[in-house]
Amino acid sequence: MTSALVGVRRHLLSIADLKRDELIELLALADSFAEVVDRPIPKVPTLRGRTVATLFFEASTRTRLSFETAAKRLSADTMSFSVSGSSMAKGESLRDTVETLDAMGIDVMVVRHHSAGAPHQVARWVRAAVVNAGDGQHEHPTQALLDCFTLREVLAERAGGRPPEDLCGLKVAIVGDVRHSRVARSDVLALSALGAEVHLVAPATLMPCSLEGWPIVGAGAELDALVGEMDAIYLLRLQLERMSAGLLPSLREYATRFGLSTERAMRMKEGAVVLHPGPMNRGVEIDAAVASSERARVTRQVRNGVAVRMAVLFHLLEPAGGAPAPLEGLADRAER
Amino acid sequence: MSAGGSVVIRGGEVVDATGVHRADVLVGAGIVQVVEESLGVPPGALVLDAGGCLVAPALVDLHTHLREPGAEQAETIESGSRAAALGGYSAVVAMPNTTPAIDCASVVRDVRALAHGALVDVAVAAAITVGRAGERLVPFAELAELGVRLFTDDGAGVQDAGLLRRALEYAGDLGVVLAEHCEDASLAKGGLMHEGAWSSRLGVPGQPALAEEVMLSRDLALVRLTGTPMHFLHLSTAGSIRLLAEARAEGLPVTAEVTPHHLSLTDAELSSFDAVFKVNPPLRSEGDVAALRRACADGLIDAIATDHAPHPREAKEAPLEDAPPGMLGLETALSVAWGALVESGLISAARLFSLFTVQPARIAGLGAHGGPIAAGRPAQLCVFDPAERVLVEPERSASRSANTPFGGRWLTGKVRHTLVHGEPVVIDGKAQR
Repeated sequence: MTSALVGVRRHLLSIADLKRDELIELLALADSFAEVVDRPIPKVPTLRGRTVATLFFEASTRTRLSFETAAKRLSADTMSFSVSGSSMAKGESLRDTVETLDAMGIDVMVVRHHSAGAPHQVARWVRAAVVNAGDGQHEHPTQALLDCFTLREVLAERAGGRPPEDLCGLKVAIVGDVRHSRVARSDVLALSALGAEVHLVAPATLMPCSLEGWPIVGAGAELDALVGEMDAIYLLRLQLERMSAGLLPSLREYATRFGLSTERAMRMKEGAVVLHPGPMNRGVEIDAAVASSERARVTRQVRNGVAVRMAVLFHLLEPAGGAPAPLEGLADRAER
Repeated sequence: MSAGGSVVIRGGEVVDATGVHRADVLVGAGIVQVVEESLGVPPGALVLDAGGCLVAPALVDLHTHLREPGAEQAETIESGSRAAALGGYSAVVAMPNTTPAIDCASVVRDVRALAHGALVDVAVAAAITVGRAGERLVPFAELAELGVRLFTDDGAGVQDAGLLRRALEYAGDLGVVLAEHCEDASLAKGGLMHEGAWSSRLGVPGQPALAEEVMLSRDLALVRLTGTPMHFLHLSTAGSIRLLAEARAEGLPVTAEVTPHHLSLTDAELSSFDAVFKVNPPLRSEGDVAALRRACADGLIDAIATDHAPHPREAKEAPLEDAPPGMLGLETALSVAWGALVESGLISAARLFSLFTVQPARIAGLGAHGGPIAAGRPAQLCVFDPAERVLVEPERSASRSANTPFGGRWLTGKVRHTLVHGEPVVIDGKAQR
């Protein structure tokens, strides 16, 4: 089932590197793993004997656990590294740290770092495959994949069938701190590559300085004009330090202009959904009631994250040019 | 080879202010003895082949970070001077952002003592404020008395306009030049690259062109007020060029330099996230590069200066956020600028060399450097082969560091020989000591 994958990539560093066909293939692969996740015993032996290490140079709960869960469900061994209490706290450089881990024979390094491009640098230094799990304000490719996967589900629900291969015709507004958001950068690229219309909504201080080359339909500071037309509203987390940097006057003003209030949510289209990468600031970018409503797909995003990350790990470790690793119960489904 | 021996540079084209002409050059006792179309070889003279080459005055760099004292793991005066000689230079101006900073007479003397025996002449620039902290003025008169000509807090701009005003007023009658690294800290804060389409796409915090232009604009107003000359280091934006053009038209006593890297590389390089491309001011947009090139052609720019800024490998092999800004320049400057300005047809070889020689020598007050090549002048010579293609190999740099942004690229033009005070310190591209 995997033979159609468009070339085996060595790393997953940014959505910008991926072509539409590759995104579609990865999402299709994730469909198969979603089925595994739904089983009573959600585990396959596919990556037995392989080692996946999560290297988080920045705090995270959900992304790290999601990758570790994905690796374990593929029967890979997992290791985790975090900077506090590590050799880096003693002044070891990033390069020395990752080369040391590489020498232990790790197959995949899942890297999160506070500096944009750090996973790209790591990829130049190690033999292992590198997955970008969020680099500064640059990209968060697996988040974009799981978001696209979740939106495909929404389209499938609407049509009452299997998910379509892409997101053609879907209108999505990404609302909030686009300037500082790696989620927004990856999502804009992935959504548009899959045919969705992307709108950005933010105050000028939280919009990127330049949108030259961004594959979007529109950008502005007016949420109310768009609320009724979107199929999905993607709310970004507002980092509270933006206030002290003088980018916003107050949380209250932000919530009033850009928060998805219950009142605004009521004006959304029938069947339109709300996504959020988490963790949410309830009462700021999203009303508590909206976050708990049927429109919100936040827990679905988290659930899909595991299947998508299984697909990514599988894709990177698939023996190049060889037969696909045995995936019990997967091949028959794919051939149906 | 002692400085006193005779050398004949044979078969080249000598570059002067008006153009190039076929001539051999006889050097003896450290000075140019004869410049004539066809010279015989005196007994015992060393003959250096200049066939197919330009014979120009050796270059003068207004902007070199030699790192000594304080950061000898990155560069020493010796290693930096060797890189300079290989790049065709006979003199460099050492920037004062060392540890300790060059901000008092004793450090000036120390650095000069360390520079004794270097392959090229090392002039010393001093800081404008003590410790480059932007608070108290250095003893301008005492340092000027010692022969310091350029003062700068380079690495950062003087943020306090009131303080810079007082510095310009105080130093006004000392015959010195204050040089500014224009970068308004409040606008540049946190920026790791040029703010624009690329920084927005890459999610890398940007430093706007305005951070440079706001400070340049402020400084020009202070020059207008005080009449004290200023030199502007590494201008990098189209907006700065417009401000400079206005200042020139007004007749303000200002000079300006650009770097080879700002003439040849853009912010698109940062898409590799390789910190070797992190530099201050940052690599700018294509439009800015074009404006800088035009400004060289229009005569607005006085000098090409390297901002040679060595950093050890481990410092540059780090996330963009953590890596220090700066790149090597001395060994590649002439070839890079040749490609950007002469090969592209914008200016003549003679114009290019004036940007590297007589003009910077005048700004730095280095009368023994920068040409012209004429009998009786000190023999600072650079023999440049404009046709040879060179692959830049960072590991083979004479610098203690390897942070050249041109690693792995082919450049056109190579310095074949360099003479400093008559001594051939580089022969056939090899440093002689």
